Amino acid sequence: MALDQSFVGRSYPPTDPYEVGREKIREFAEAVGDPNPAYTDPEAAKALGHPDVIAPPTFVFAITFKAAGQVIQDPQLGLDYSRVVHGDQKFVHRRPVRAGDRLTVTSTIEAIKSMAGNDILDIRGEVRDEAGEHVVTAWTKLVSRAAEEA
Amino acid sequence: MTAKIAYDDVEVGTELPAQTFGVTRATLVQYAGASGDFNPIHWNEKFAKEVGLPDVIAHGMFTMAEAIRVVTDWTGDPGAVVEYGVRFTKPVVVPNDDEGATIEVSGKVAVKLDDNTVRVDLVAMSAGQKVLGMSRAVVRLA
Repeated sequence: MALDQSFVGRSYPPTDPYEVGREKIREFAEAVGDPNPAYTDPEAAKALGHPDVIAPPTFVFAITFKAAGQVIQDPQLGLDYSRVVHGDQKFVHRRPVRAGDRLTVTSTIEAIKSMAGNDILDIRGEVRDEAGEHVVTAWTKLVSRAAEEA
Repeated sequence: MTAKIAYDDVEVGTELPAQTFGVTRATLVQYAGASGDFNPIHWNEKFAKEVGLPDVIAHGMFTMAEAIRVVTDWTGDPGAVVEYGVRFTKPVVVPNDDEGATIEVSGKVAVKLDDNTVRVDLVAMSAGQKVLGMSRAVVRLA
C-alpha cells in the first residue's frame, strides 16, 4: 500500500544527545580496518587542526539511522520495515564529528514516492552539537520493496 | 584542515591510488558491533537466503566506509571530506570461507570546484560487479 503523501515535510522531535566517545570512534575505525591516526591519536588529530580525535566520514550514520527509527517505526506512516533496503546515502559535513560532541538529530521526511509498487522514502537527518551549531546532514533513501503477490 | 594534496597540483582526471579491501564474515560481525547494525542478512546465512539473497551480504555502510578511504588516505586528513554520497547498486556477497570477498575501489578527480574543493568520483567493484553507483565525494585540498 502506498505511503501517505501528507507525511512529506513532517519533522520529528530532536533526539536526546548522543555523546561521541574516543573509544567508540576507535572501535569503528578498527572495524573498517582504517589505521588513520586522526581517529585514535588526539595529538595526530590536533596536528591536522582538530581539537580532538575525529570520526570517519560515515560514522555518524549509526546516530542518524537510529534517529530515523522515529520515522521508520511511526505507526501512522506504516512502513513495512521487513521489506526495506538502503537505496542511497549522502552526508554533507560542516565539520567532522569529533570526540566529546553531544549530538542531536532532527529527522524530516523529505519525499515519498511510489514506483512499480515500491515505496521510496527520503529522510533527512540534521545533526547539531550542544551549542546548536550544524555539524552534518545525512540523507537516507529507503526502498520498501513491493510485496509478492500471494 | 591540512590536507597533504594541494589544489593546484591536481587536475580533472587525476587518479587517486586505487585500493583493494578484504571482507570476511568476521569483518561483518565486527562492523555490526561497531555500527550497531545487527540485521541478520549480514551474519546469518539461513536468514539471508530466506529473504532471497544469494548468501550473507556486507553492510552497504561498510562498503561506503571502505570506498572513502581512497580519498582520506590520499588527502591524509579525513576531516577534509565535505560531502560524500553513494547509491547501493549491488550487494557485496561474502562467502563463509577464509578469503571472503574483496572490494576494489578507484577514484579520479571529476571537477575542480570553488574554495579549494574538488569532486572525486569513485568506482567500487566486487566479484566483477559495480557495488556503488553515483559514488561521489567533495574534498577540500590544501
